[in-house]
Amino acid sequence: MDALEIARWQFGITTVYHFMMVPLTIGLGLVVAVIQTLWYRTGKVEYLRMTKFWGKLFLINFIMGVATGIVQEFQFGMAWSEYSRFVGDVFGAPLALEALLAFFVESTFLGLWIFGWKQLKRGVHLACLWIAVIGSFFSAYFIIVANSWMQHPVGVTMVNGRPHMTDAWAVFTNNTALVAVPHTLFGALAVAGAYLLGIAWYHLWRRRHDGIDTMGADGRAVPGEADIPGRDKTDYKVWIRSLRIGAVVAMISFAGTAITGDMQGKLMFEQQPMKMAAAEAACHDGTGFSVLSIGNLGSKNCNDIVAVIEVPGILSFLAKGDFNTEVKGVNSLLDEYKAKYGTHLTDSALYGDRAGQEIQYVPVMEVTYWGFRMMIGFGGIAAFAALLALWVTRKGMVPQSRWIMRLAVFGILAPFGANAAGWIFTEMGRQPFVVAPNPDASGVDQVFMFTAAAVSPGVSAAELITSLVALASIYAVLLVVEVRLLVKYARGGVASAMPELAGARGSEKKEKKDDDGGTPGAPGQPGDSDDVLAFAY
Amino acid sequence: MELLPTVWFVAIAVLWTGYLFLEGFDLGVGMLMKLFARNDTDRRVLLNTIGPVWDGNEVWLLTAAGATFAAFPLWYASLFSALYLPLLIVLVALIFRAVAFEYRGKVDTVRWRTMWDWAIAVGSFTAAFGVGAALALTTTGLPIDSNGDRQGGPFAWFSGYAVLGGFAVVSFALVHALAFLALKTDGEVRHRARRWFVRLAPLALLPLLAWVVAVQLLSGKPLTWILVILAVLAAAGAWILARKGAEGKAFGALGAFLVCAAASIFGAAFPVVIPSTLNPAFNLTISNASSSAYTLGLMSIAAAVGLPLVIAYQAWTYWVFRRRVSAAHIPAAHGFLPAIAANVLVGHAAPGGAEGSGPEGTGTQGTGPQRTAPKTTPRDAGE
Repeated sequence: MDALEIARWQFGITTVYHFMMVPLTIGLGLVVAVIQTLWYRTGKVEYLRMTKFWGKLFLINFIMGVATGIVQEFQFGMAWSEYSRFVGDVFGAPLALEALLAFFVESTFLGLWIFGWKQLKRGVHLACLWIAVIGSFFSAYFIIVANSWMQHPVGVTMVNGRPHMTDAWAVFTNNTALVAVPHTLFGALAVAGAYLLGIAWYHLWRRRHDGIDTMGADGRAVPGEADIPGRDKTDYKVWIRSLRIGAVVAMISFAGTAITGDMQGKLMFEQQPMKMAAAEAACHDGTGFSVLSIGNLGSKNCNDIVAVIEVPGILSFLAKGDFNTEVKGVNSLLDEYKAKYGTHLTDSALYGDRAGQEIQYVPVMEVTYWGFRMMIGFGGIAAFAALLALWVTRKGMVPQSRWIMRLAVFGILAPFGANAAGWIFTEMGRQPFVVAPNPDASGVDQVFMFTAAAVSPGVSAAELITSLVALASIYAVLLVVEVRLLVKYARGGVASAMPELAGARGSEKKEKKDDDGGTPGAPGQPGDSDDVLAFAY
Repeated sequence: MELLPTVWFVAIAVLWTGYLFLEGFDLGVGMLMKLFARNDTDRRVLLNTIGPVWDGNEVWLLTAAGATFAAFPLWYASLFSALYLPLLIVLVALIFRAVAFEYRGKVDTVRWRTMWDWAIAVGSFTAAFGVGAALALTTTGLPIDSNGDRQGGPFAWFSGYAVLGGFAVVSFALVHALAFLALKTDGEVRHRARRWFVRLAPLALLPLLAWVVAVQLLSGKPLTWILVILAVLAAAGAWILARKGAEGKAFGALGAFLVCAAASIFGAAFPVVIPSTLNPAFNLTISNASSSAYTLGLMSIAAAVGLPLVIAYQAWTYWVFRRRVSAAHIPAAHGFLPAIAANVLVGHAAPGGAEGSGPEGTGTQGTGPQRTAPKTTPRDAGE
């Protein structure tokens, strides 16, 4: 591997990893804010418990997103200095704005939320969470504006070989971004939905398994109590409501991703036709949509690909909204790209050893073809499972089957897979460009950059391999730590996030419903709690 | 001199100064976890002084880097790629440190906490050292060629200035944290922090002063020499005030010292953002490294609105959490409470201890009831 390939692996690994934490942060943050709002409005104890429990899991994950996010911002300059020099005038602005207008908001107000249970009034405390959540939306918006500019550059003119921003409005309302932002946000919510559903299912199953909840004569759940911290009748409400919220969120978000994804697909057929042709492994013009293809997708020879199940008309509908348009295949696009952007890299020093090489305009088709299908497949499975879960639990009971419970828990992974597959598809489908050319008649059609020119010329392959190995191993270790903590706290139930429940076993009467401090301290020991921080590291 | 690039040079200097001021004390507090704290309660007092704010402080670093990318892409690209390995180490340090703050209290065993305490202390030290080294190098010079790329291999950036800058920020962060703790804690920790500050400050502020003077000798101007004098006066003032026990004023004076020192460094370096040690013709300056006037104008509007807001709500955070933290405020440690103890049978209590016994009396004073999980190791009261 040369420096370019190592740098690409590093960017891919660190970004996919970072984007495991981010959607959970965005999605779960919104869900916790809604639940805390329900507590604020109704004063019901179960909502407080849900806020505390899901808030705890939210924070364990949030910090990993923060920690790995710094790497993202630094590595543009570290590993991709030529890219940074080329795009800085237009790409740097959304990044700086993300830090200034989103990260500050997120981190500061989340700090207030975590530590402010007692110091702040209930309404102000809730507002802090909402502000942090909205900050995370802004963060998503700014970073996708930056990414969308790489997919579809707008609002610039070339000055001395570098794009200069001339129209900020065009950059910040890039149509690519305007559909990618809701698509990403719905994708994040899908993660949160499956997360709530899986963990709530586990606890309902556990309660039934432990004999706490029983089935009444009408088939409905009869919640019981056990002498275990947190395992009272309120606890049942916590989980059944979490399950239902999770399932509904999962279904809404699937609908959202489908609608926005369709819009995005239609845009991409115009903006990056090669990416979409590769997504379908459509070699010839007018190829149908295939559910399954076999053969060597990596081969550039289209005769190797055999569509096993093909549905005519669908691809045309995906691209144009009707069933009769002939969508261009890889072969004819290849000729167009060669005519427009050349057949070989120039002899510029920027390309290093690759100068003069032939340009491969077709992305790695295994990745685009299967990435596209995994994204849709995982997303669809999660939504279908959520619908099924709502039906199965309509009487407030989950089945006693351990296997179904395990499916529900491991189903948490499906939307993560869909998110990762979608990003890998869209980023690798853009190759060989790091900044894809904009084919619109918008006057910026000479603005593009080959990935081969983007890597830092002064950084050696040895340095890059050092950082790749270091970051990948640290990330692997931290993933184990995070998942173990999440599992531990998720299994521990509400009491793991509210130790005071240990002192208030089995009785919701002891929990004051009008408590304004999130029931700090154990009931029965008044006085102690006044001096003790409501939350402390 | 062009106006907008100058404005953005000042803005980035302000962001770095803000970072060194704010994260300065939380990096210092991180290092003091191992140097100063005597037992677990001390460590938790220290942690909770910065608990609500450290993450917001760290965003100053992200904003400084992001603003450099937006306003001076060539500065950002050259500096970050030239310092590839040192910045990798800073990143690793920041990752472990951030995770450690959040995860330290999540498992209630001595081994777990000790591991993350080391991550906080070493991570804070490394991050402070690395940021100091990077800033020292961008103000004193790197071996960059006409394209802005580092020549001479992975370690060609190394110079005595890097070491000086590293120690300057580390030792400043340490005394800054002591001044902060004297202001933010109560009881024994408060008084010990003040004593340590008075003892250490005269020595610990010298590396930063040495860096300041070094930059003046390279590219000083009359105005920046005046700032050096002001910095020395502020440092002396901080020391005298701390001796008198005026903790708030001492902290303020130390802040003034940092502001004067940073202003004299950036002022002396201006308008060069990275001097090339190979050939002065390769110097990156605010003119040849900056973005277009259009982008700088857009960023100026955003910063003019955004930065005062940030300062306002961060200031509000410090106001909300203005109360001094002392051992009495620290609740009992709890790792987690199993809602499902293994093989629990209905109607039977979870194994002893999980139900919240009375105060144990060991560990912290005046805490609530011990809410420890069954397999809890006794807290290490007093090491």
